[in-house]
Amino acid sequence: MDLYIPVVVLGVLAFGFAAFSVVMGSLTGPKRWNRAKLDAYECGIEPTPQPVGGGRFPVKYYLTAMLFIVFDIEIIFLYPWAVAFDQFRGLFGLIEMALFIVTVLVAYAYVWRRGGLEWD
Amino acid sequence: MNSVSVLAAPEIHAPPVEFSQLAPMLIVFGAAIVGVLAEAFVARPARYAVQFPLALVGLAAAFCWTLWLGFSEKPQHAAADGAVAVDGPTLFIQGTILVLAMLSLLLIAERAQDAFTAQAAALPGSEAEQESMADGGIQTEIFPLTLFAVGGMMLFPAANDLLTMFVGLEVMSLPLYLLCGLARRRRLLSQEAAVKYFLLGAFSSAFFLYGTALLYGYAGSVRLSAISAALSRSGGSETLLLAGVALLSVGLLFKIGAVPFHPWKPDVYQGAPTPITALMASCTVVAAVGAALRVFYVAFETLRWDWRPMMWGVAILTMMVGAIVAITQTDIKRMLAYSSIAHGGFLLTGIVATSESGLSATLFYLAAYGFTTVGAFAIVTMVRDTTGEAGHLGRWAGLGRRSPVIAGIFAFFLLAFAGIPLTSGFTGKFAVFQAAADGGAVPLVIVGVLSSAIAAFFYVRVIVVMFFSEPEPDAPSVVTTATTATAVALGLTATVVLGVLPQPMLDLAGQAATQLFVR
Repeated sequence: MDLYIPVVVLGVLAFGFAAFSVVMGSLTGPKRWNRAKLDAYECGIEPTPQPVGGGRFPVKYYLTAMLFIVFDIEIIFLYPWAVAFDQFRGLFGLIEMALFIVTVLVAYAYVWRRGGLEWD
Repeated sequence: MNSVSVLAAPEIHAPPVEFSQLAPMLIVFGAAIVGVLAEAFVARPARYAVQFPLALVGLAAAFCWTLWLGFSEKPQHAAADGAVAVDGPTLFIQGTILVLAMLSLLLIAERAQDAFTAQAAALPGSEAEQESMADGGIQTEIFPLTLFAVGGMMLFPAANDLLTMFVGLEVMSLPLYLLCGLARRRRLLSQEAAVKYFLLGAFSSAFFLYGTALLYGYAGSVRLSAISAALSRSGGSETLLLAGVALLSVGLLFKIGAVPFHPWKPDVYQGAPTPITALMASCTVVAAVGAALRVFYVAFETLRWDWRPMMWGVAILTMMVGAIVAITQTDIKRMLAYSSIAHGGFLLTGIVATSESGLSATLFYLAAYGFTTVGAFAIVTMVRDTTGEAGHLGRWAGLGRRSPVIAGIFAFFLLAFAGIPLTSGFTGKFAVFQAAADGGAVPLVIVGVLSSAIAAFFYVRVIVVMFFSEPEPDAPSVVTTATTATAVALGLTATVVLGVLPQPMLDLAGQAATQLFVR
């Protein structure tokens, strides 16, 4: 059972933090309701009512979401690499990760130069 | 046990990476990445002048390295910690893909402006589209996209485990989905093709992945040799194994375009820009059949009594449906698509053979068929009227009188597809049928010969239309340029040489087949 103690502790901490945040927010925060605050999401598109014909989404949303995923995946790869970094003998680990980051940067450079980061 | 040791990862060793053996793929991917940088930093008017030579040099350098790997005496072994098998079949297939990709690239570059849309994002028929066309822009992203696709095609048949194979499959497919939607004329048809290909392709990828997961459940590994080893041990769940093989086969057969997973092929081949159709009909088929060969020859060889009946059925259906439905087609690209389906069936007979001669025959067939296909589609891009390429067969009437040379070469390509002696098609068909017959699949060979006869009917019909009917007054004209002519000439040369003097290439394929890694 020793194995599960860290998991249980982490679970209790997570639950406690969530409960604390929600309760404290509603107890101590100012309550100035307006239209935006009552929306399901404070930014982005209105989920309801559905416009006639399904509505058209600006392609910018997809672009932003895709960029987010690219960098998200990059970080996901970086974490285990950083944890195991001392076990790679020599420069191998560093060079491999540099290659990976350069490849991601190429995509970033392309998006930046071709105006993918301009919202309007 | 304290909590620290639980969190500590097991010792990780840096995997060995044999850069020399992976170099052909790395060169192609590297050229693609430089191409993306060029898209970002080179001024718009100069992009085409940078991209085309870059792509061509990248493919040529990768091909030279493949040749060097193939003919050097150094013993080859699985690279990248066993994830990629750089063996005889891999090198043969990669070399074939690279040459065919170079030929397709000539077509793509030649028609970058008038076969591909200037602004893919513009709504068909909108003012934005008219404007971008009037600007005379070129969507030069097609070059890096092509290189990424070719890199994926090289990895797909070389992969030695199912996950690497899946990565290769996706790297190959994703750029192709995009490229299919870029045709300049008949935009809606092209976008429909792209969406269909994407949705069905994603669906088939899911089948492939699920099959991989089930096989992992059976063998405890995704490595092909480990699956093969698990087969020879008794025990393990038969259900997981057979379901896994079936689902994996669906994914592979979809990419080959075998019946009943073929309906995307005519729509996509017709809608895609013709240079891209040439790339898909030659290189993608080579890559997909190569991957199927590796899976069935390395992982499932000892299981052949279970998957062979299924493959028999699929091969028979593919040959018959491809040949029979092609007869009713009136569009030249759709007809060639059904012809490609039928050829997929002939290639499957080589896989059914499960022998070394089957492997070498299939390799030879792939090379022979690829060259003829690129040449045929090159000619399709040349026959144009005021609305672009003359796709309808009726428009080709009398082409033999207006441009006898081009019509003659096209007729020769069609005869090669039909498998007339002294063309590469005959040698290829003879080799796979002989291997299949030696492997005990005589009924399959009989069906193959029958469907070849049916297929010959519609090939000859096109020849009759070209040579024995009167041209219309506004008949399409043949636009010949140096680059397209080069592609046609190389396709023609290969078709003649592999038909008249096939022995060196057969020897090469045979030698490659002896070096298949099994363990």
